[in-house]
Amino acid sequence: MFATDPPDPTMASSAPAWPPVSFEDRMATVDFRVSSRAHITLDSSVCRGCPAKACIVACPANLFVPTSDGGMLFNYEQCFECGTCYMVCNGEGAISWSYPEGGHGVAFKRS
Amino acid sequence: MTESAASAETDFDIIVVGAGPAGSTAALVAARSGKSVCLIERGTFPGSKNMFGGVIYGRVLDSLIPNWWEQAPVQRWVTRRGTVVMTPTQSLTVDYRSAGWGEAPYNGATAFRPDFDAWLADHAVAAGATLVCSTTVTGVSRDSSGRFSVVSTDRPDGDLSARVVIACDGVNSFIAKDAGLYPHAGDTAHFTLGAKEVLALPREAIEDRFGLVGNEGADLEIIGCTGDIAGGGFIYTNLESIAVGVVLRLSDLAESEHRAEKLIAELKGHPMVAPLVRGAELLEYSAHLIPEGGYDAMPTLGAPGLIISGDAAAFCLGGGLWLEGVNFAIGGGQAAAEVACAGLDRGDDGIGKSMVDDYRSRLEDTFVLADHKKFRNAPGLVLSDRIQFRYPQLVCDLLEGVFRVENPEPKPGLIRLFFRTARKSGLKMRHILVDGWRSARTYG
Repeated sequence: MFATDPPDPTMASSAPAWPPVSFEDRMATVDFRVSSRAHITLDSSVCRGCPAKACIVACPANLFVPTSDGGMLFNYEQCFECGTCYMVCNGEGAISWSYPEGGHGVAFKRS
Repeated sequence: MTESAASAETDFDIIVVGAGPAGSTAALVAARSGKSVCLIERGTFPGSKNMFGGVIYGRVLDSLIPNWWEQAPVQRWVTRRGTVVMTPTQSLTVDYRSAGWGEAPYNGATAFRPDFDAWLADHAVAAGATLVCSTTVTGVSRDSSGRFSVVSTDRPDGDLSARVVIACDGVNSFIAKDAGLYPHAGDTAHFTLGAKEVLALPREAIEDRFGLVGNEGADLEIIGCTGDIAGGGFIYTNLESIAVGVVLRLSDLAESEHRAEKLIAELKGHPMVAPLVRGAELLEYSAHLIPEGGYDAMPTLGAPGLIISGDAAAFCLGGGLWLEGVNFAIGGGQAAAEVACAGLDRGDDGIGKSMVDDYRSRLEDTFVLADHKKFRNAPGLVLSDRIQFRYPQLVCDLLEGVFRVENPEPKPGLIRLFFRTARKSGLKMRHILVDGWRSARTYG
């Protein structure tokens, strides 16, 4: 759209500086070749005893979802494979982390 | 390519794990030396797993690929390097510009890593290396002599053997950790999370907003934009997009309420940044860990039969003034291959512990470890509490005091203004002096 419609330089400074992007749309910009095997698994029983749950905020892909019983759900399908979650995790054995099988997982194009 | 004696006993002379800048350079150098080389990559193509917040400084490529700038897939040549100190409503930019950096041989370039890494891997293949993609290495084990030589993969019957394994498997290097080379691998203070958005903008808008012409590019490094998390921010120009992101110390992120993408949104909304990114649409969001611990947090660099390089060895200078990684990976990969090839030519004795010792001393003689050693205190200084959370306000308030006209109030002298601003900031003069001295010693 920009090729024909450059941003208006007179745009009021109070206008939104960028189009709002939902997390779903944000992650939809990234290509993932999803494997049938989860490369990261959680032991939710360890998560239940964890007061910090640092993974929830730290995961840049927002893949950790606390459950009502104090446990944790994890969606491996949109994982950047960055390693942040196991690094910040306090719970011994809570996160089993490995790389996806070859040819699967995230595939960046413009980063 | 000459066939070496080693190939009779093993599948390859050298197996390189990971086709990033370190791995592809190692494979390129080793293949050119006539060794049989297998380069294993877990992505469908080299670079597909990689992102950076960054600039590629190409001097290290000059001797490897003459006139590389005529063919490397770069986005823009950086001619403008800004260091920005900001508070939520203020900013001070030290804006260095060089026309010379826009001409060959250039200083640094922005690039998409999937493009750049694939290009470098192509050179390794052209030199004779065998590139195997879509293959994840699951472990490296020792043979009966105690040397690391068997590389297991997730392919059926996927074990491969080599005389030397060069592990360039990235910041999470499970090869280095499994080999016991990384005693402090779990120290979250030594790692940062980099997260960025690549945002589409037309060329003309980028050139107008950043004051660039043609293929000139800008690199803005920012401090004071990461809330209660030590780290920083960045803005890079690509040809028809810009990259905006943050770098966050993991130990702080683990205790923060701030999410990476929210901090990026706040940075984009900053009064200094908003006019640069206005109307730009998200093309790709990405994140990656960065080994920023510096010299003192580095792992052991190998074991008999095994050398590690690139991010796997924490070759990444997060020194505030300098933010470099790809060039260190290339330099590290080159040294790894040169040492491995020389060791192979000496026989079994050449690829044992002495190979790792040779590797280390070679790195110490070049920028790869010399820079890290010289600036070993820089990462700690840059991420220290006062630099991160207090001085941005002090510096901006000081400049505010210098440039604000308070007529009819007469202007204070600069010294008086400094003391007044420092007092207001709550910082102790003793601490300011200590930090000044520490900075002088760190960068001197």
